[in-house]
Amino acid sequence: MKKEGEIEFIKDGKRVDGRSFDELRNIKIDVGVLKRADGSCYFELGNNKVLAAVYGPREMHPRHAQDAKMAVVKFRYNMAPFSVDDRKRPGPDRRSVEISKVSREALDPVILREYYPKAAIEVYVEILQSDAGTRTAGINAASVALADAGVPMRDLVSSVAVGKVGGEVVLDLNAVEDNYGEADMPIAMIARRNTITALQMDGNLTKDEFEKGLKLAMKACQQIYELQRTALIGRYDKDESANFKDRST
Amino acid sequence: MYKIVIPGDFVSDDAKRAGEGTYVEEGKVYATTYGVVDDKGEIRVVAFNGKYLPVRGDVVIGKIIEISFPYWIVDIASPYEARIHMSEISTRGGKRIEFGDMNAILDLDDLVAVKVLNVDALMRIDLGLKEDLHIGRGNGRLIEVPPTKVPRIIGRKGSMIRMLKDKCNCFIFVAKNGRIWIKGKTKDIKLASEVILMITKEAHTSGLTDRVAELLDSVKTER
Repeated sequence: MKKEGEIEFIKDGKRVDGRSFDELRNIKIDVGVLKRADGSCYFELGNNKVLAAVYGPREMHPRHAQDAKMAVVKFRYNMAPFSVDDRKRPGPDRRSVEISKVSREALDPVILREYYPKAAIEVYVEILQSDAGTRTAGINAASVALADAGVPMRDLVSSVAVGKVGGEVVLDLNAVEDNYGEADMPIAMIARRNTITALQMDGNLTKDEFEKGLKLAMKACQQIYELQRTALIGRYDKDESANFKDRST
Repeated sequence: MYKIVIPGDFVSDDAKRAGEGTYVEEGKVYATTYGVVDDKGEIRVVAFNGKYLPVRGDVVIGKIIEISFPYWIVDIASPYEARIHMSEISTRGGKRIEFGDMNAILDLDDLVAVKVLNVDALMRIDLGLKEDLHIGRGNGRLIEVPPTKVPRIIGRKGSMIRMLKDKCNCFIFVAKNGRIWIKGKTKDIKLASEVILMITKEAHTSGLTDRVAELLDSVKTER
């Protein structure tokens, strides 16, 4: 880690990439991009590029892990080897297993799992390009992909990170701020109800900073929710045939 | 005019009429699925996509995926496997079926039109055979659409499907699980599946029957 003061995080009230403290990076959402998945979503958050695919509800394997009362949600967060500067060794590691678990638990409260006893709902999130905040991008993408798959849900989940750099509480950290900043706090929530479904914190924040960060995140989640919603509603104005499967016999 | 909703969207204040695709919280109705609101009678959200959930009495098209005495295990395009008991056949005035002979009657990959006899809490699904047990014989094609689009393909009192059958000169069998069996000349099958594709794509728009009729007529005159 670099010593403090080596990077100038805040200059004239702007951050390293020219954003203000409460500004999100650019977001792009495409729904139904994968033909063979039941639901899918491509999500861009600045330089993060994430692809989510949902399969199911379908039969749960292994059988012993079935739940007789409700569906099991499987979530796999995976980083492509080319998603970071130094090649990442492919396959699950400690970090991606943790993120998979946390993301699954962020989505669990909204999925109406009891509609499909014994079944499995599988969510695959692939990080194609990474620039800090991939888990939040993954949760946003997965939430849209689940809706696209027709999975019954109570609401959508939106997610964003806040953190502390150069002594300021800022929204949606980029890679530099994340690596050399003082704190990073990813949050997932049901935007319309302000219900938090996941919260992690790396680094230290005072109580006041925490509350300030939470407020920033809540506002940003509303914005993300609106974008998720626009992407879903806008999809059916377009001409497309992803739902159609043709099998000749 | 149709209204597209996403999970969690407020649909109505009338909790008593809440139907499929909705949930009620504090006396208000919200959508559970991504789809179109239908508030004639019950307030429902007709999903754009989703898996088939078997209901007793439905007629579905299944594919034999396993033979495990005395059952045939059938894939019915649902999250759950279904089964046909051997007695479904032997009670039909047939001879006794020996252990190794099950595949002579229904073999792997055979398509069958079956009726859902029973679904229990553990999602064990029992199927009964319809009279014409094989449907995958002869020149035909099986297509799969989301099961929520089936009512639209059939149309009000069967108007859409009747028109399709007439104008495409095909035998078309639409099953509740979203599988459609089309039988006829190759050219006609192609036309019919293209039109069905169009219906599924535009299922949420109004005046669809007229547009389909127009399309079919224009194809007719070209030939």
